[in-house]
Amino acid sequence: MAERIPFPQQVSTAPEVVERFGDLHPPFDRQAAVPEANRCLYCFDAPCTIACPTHIDVPRFIKKIASGNLAGSARTILDANILGASCSRACPVEVLCEGACVMHRYNKQPIQIARLQRFAMDALHASGAPLPFEPGVETGRSVALIGAGPASLACAAELRRRGVRAYLYDARPLPGGLNTYGIAEYKLPLVESLREIEMLSQLGVDFHFEETIDASRLAELEREHDAIFLGIGLGAIHQLGIAGEHLVGVTNALELIAGYKSSSMTKVPERVVVVGAGNTAIDAAIAAVRLGAAEVSIVYRRGLEQMSAFGFEYEHAKSEGVKFLWHVQPVGVRGSGAVEGLTLTKLVASEDGSIVPLDGSEFLLEADLVVLSIGQATHTEFLAKYADGTAKVQLERGRILIDRATGQTSHPKFFAGGDCTNGGREVVDAVADGKRAGIGIAAWLEGHHGQA
Amino acid sequence: MAKPKPTLESTFCGIECLNPFWLASAPPTNCGEQIMRAFDAGWGGAVWKTIGEPITNVSSRYSSIDWEGRRMMGFNNIELISDRPIEVNLREIAEVKRRYPKHVVIASLMVESKRETWHDIVQRAEDAGADGLELNFGCPHGMSERGMGSAVGQVPEYCEQITGWVKEKARTPVIVKLTPNISDIRIPARAAKRGGADALSAINTINSITGIDLDTFQPNPNVDGKSSHGGYCGPAVKPIALNMVQQIQADAASALPLSGIGGIGGWRDAAEFILLGCSNVQVCTAAMHYGYRIVEDMQAGLLNWMAEKGFSTIEEFRGLSLPNVREWKQLNLNYQIVARIHEDLCIGCQLCYTACWDGAHQCIHLDRTSVTPDTTRTPAMVEAESSRQISTTPIPKLDAGSLGRSSAVTPLERIPRVDEGHCVGCNLCSLVCPVENCITMERIDKDLPFESWEERVAKGLVPPGASEVMSTNS
Repeated sequence: MAERIPFPQQVSTAPEVVERFGDLHPPFDRQAAVPEANRCLYCFDAPCTIACPTHIDVPRFIKKIASGNLAGSARTILDANILGASCSRACPVEVLCEGACVMHRYNKQPIQIARLQRFAMDALHASGAPLPFEPGVETGRSVALIGAGPASLACAAELRRRGVRAYLYDARPLPGGLNTYGIAEYKLPLVESLREIEMLSQLGVDFHFEETIDASRLAELEREHDAIFLGIGLGAIHQLGIAGEHLVGVTNALELIAGYKSSSMTKVPERVVVVGAGNTAIDAAIAAVRLGAAEVSIVYRRGLEQMSAFGFEYEHAKSEGVKFLWHVQPVGVRGSGAVEGLTLTKLVASEDGSIVPLDGSEFLLEADLVVLSIGQATHTEFLAKYADGTAKVQLERGRILIDRATGQTSHPKFFAGGDCTNGGREVVDAVADGKRAGIGIAAWLEGHHGQA
Repeated sequence: MAKPKPTLESTFCGIECLNPFWLASAPPTNCGEQIMRAFDAGWGGAVWKTIGEPITNVSSRYSSIDWEGRRMMGFNNIELISDRPIEVNLREIAEVKRRYPKHVVIASLMVESKRETWHDIVQRAEDAGADGLELNFGCPHGMSERGMGSAVGQVPEYCEQITGWVKEKARTPVIVKLTPNISDIRIPARAAKRGGADALSAINTINSITGIDLDTFQPNPNVDGKSSHGGYCGPAVKPIALNMVQQIQADAASALPLSGIGGIGGWRDAAEFILLGCSNVQVCTAAMHYGYRIVEDMQAGLLNWMAEKGFSTIEEFRGLSLPNVREWKQLNLNYQIVARIHEDLCIGCQLCYTACWDGAHQCIHLDRTSVTPDTTRTPAMVEAESSRQISTTPIPKLDAGSLGRSSAVTPLERIPRVDEGHCVGCNLCSLVCPVENCITMERIDKDLPFESWEERVAKGLVPPGASEVMSTNS
């Protein structure tokens, strides 16, 4: 195989973007990290470790920071979570490890686990040391992994450590999926995602980029490989289905975020409206502020209590000047040629509990850019049906059904994990799914072919 | 009648002092200018940096042990006695005494082991106006190689003889400063007492190597790639000092007015030394770390504590803890306590659990949510169970249930249970527990009379093989 240009060198984020998207949580230096590490109580069967979907042994890696064994600390993290650096920055730790910290129970600040984890991982990257794992003895088995996002990457790492070949296919030119293209730059810079995947690739992973897998190609891969892992994530962001939606100046949150992270967009116009109130909507709204918008609003058809964004994300958005309009629904995009505004109607609760438009409440919210963030569709259509009409793998409302412990689908040769199975959660959830599936596939292959 | 307002004014071997807080003979008492600033800050007395024939010091001189982010938990030096001419030190003593007549200045002395030399320095120090003399028989580095310092303190005969020479001449109280670098502090203490010492001070620093640089393999403090054993002090040595203070005060042949030294950094430390019989305390490392200003809280804190306890003077509580230190064989074998975990305070860290399993007697269990008590579940089983759990990031809208469990409340399954029937009352769980008063040790013995090992042996209840010991404490 021809020498590949390292992933982090293949793309860059525009300097003006880098400057405006500085670290939300600045890194620790050693003098700050060690006392913080020493503050950790070293709980037994620690709640932080239980709360972490990948079960990183948090007290263990923290005590290694305290002892000055930084290489061992990074190894402890990576052993449980091959995207440990990305997760240290992207995880909503307030509802995970740090949220579970016992310090909350006696009015003390929880241990800053994420910053400590980043400290250990940054030290590993700065040292130039290789990934602290070797591939397993080759078994001669191979697995095709569809999608090269966090779930597939984690699955591939487990497979390689067990001597199973891993072939990853992704429609994009670079690996990482939403870990690379979809996390707010002030949390996880694009280049950091790629740096971590570059390290993972030392296990010997075959990447196939800009290749979209359709039903016939999938059938081929199924014949060529011993198992298939589906880490395909979710599809496009839903459309509103209203007039004017195709005007210039209507985009979606994932496009906006991927755009500024990969330099195809470095500024936004004056007035931006984001539709939806999930975590991605918040990321898009804050990005719009930092990309130069003077007025950024989030509009949501329900109230604060129903929004799916985490409370701390909402507070962050408010602190950056994002305005929230509750109980409003877009009914049309105004504009001739380009967007001029969004027509909204107020919603009220009806007698039967449903929410209905309030007659005559329509108003125009002027906007130069409308960003949709109302959830992603699934794209499992290519999992073609068999001739008898049954699905290749069993789905439920578009999600692939799996055995949570092994990632196995209803078709024994097919495994899956990440957003396509859970409907869209965090990077760390995808990593945990991929990890379980990697272990599950290797065990299944051994059991299945063991005697052969 | 209300108790009179407490006072810190006290007397040590006849020397009246404004308060019991003295600076020990060390870098903080190197010159008159320093000592006068220290007196302004509130120190009651100062023991001058040891005076003798001027020496040459090395660079560097200090090293320390940090502890979990806190600096200088233990401190080490290889600095020698004063490097200033004797007459300069004596001139400054006179100057300080003229300006601060109510403050105590003690001259710490160390000269070669000749009677005339000691007579001469005693005379000169007293002529300069020193309120007392402290004989440095403790310095463990450098000077000891030249037959001074701890080389004297380690040989009872020398200790007694030199004390005797000094007493022949001295008109002010003579304090002998003891080295801890011996097997039994009472031996040199008794020698000093036989020599006629008026008082003792203890402890001097402990022989130490504080650490090795893992890159260069050089010990610290580094003097051109080499180091030498130094004198260890600071908070780390306090328990050793307290033990030696108690040994001296509990031994009639040793007991004299005692100035406590060793890891004292605050009023609590001072109170402990006084409770074990010291009349005053000397401080060095803490003043080197934070400056003379620390004495303000030492004074205020001790006064507040005295008022709270109803003590008017230092003398009223001096030595109160001495009767409470006994030999092991005199302890009550029928005293029985067990650990109680207070659920409302427990944060669920389970440090007590793992400590009891690995470091004690396997009598704390995680079975609060089991149907029946389960003492067979090991720590490894607990961890294996947890690693099989599938955890996901909660989404507020979808996972109301999982977020509904507030992190402010400790789940019952994380609160350990003490098997009181097997608890031996060792204290370990209560020591590792990070929350004050969460684990208390509570008395469970009922109406059992006091019984010590000594008594059991006397009653013939102990087989001969278990009771005979070689006599070491005569």
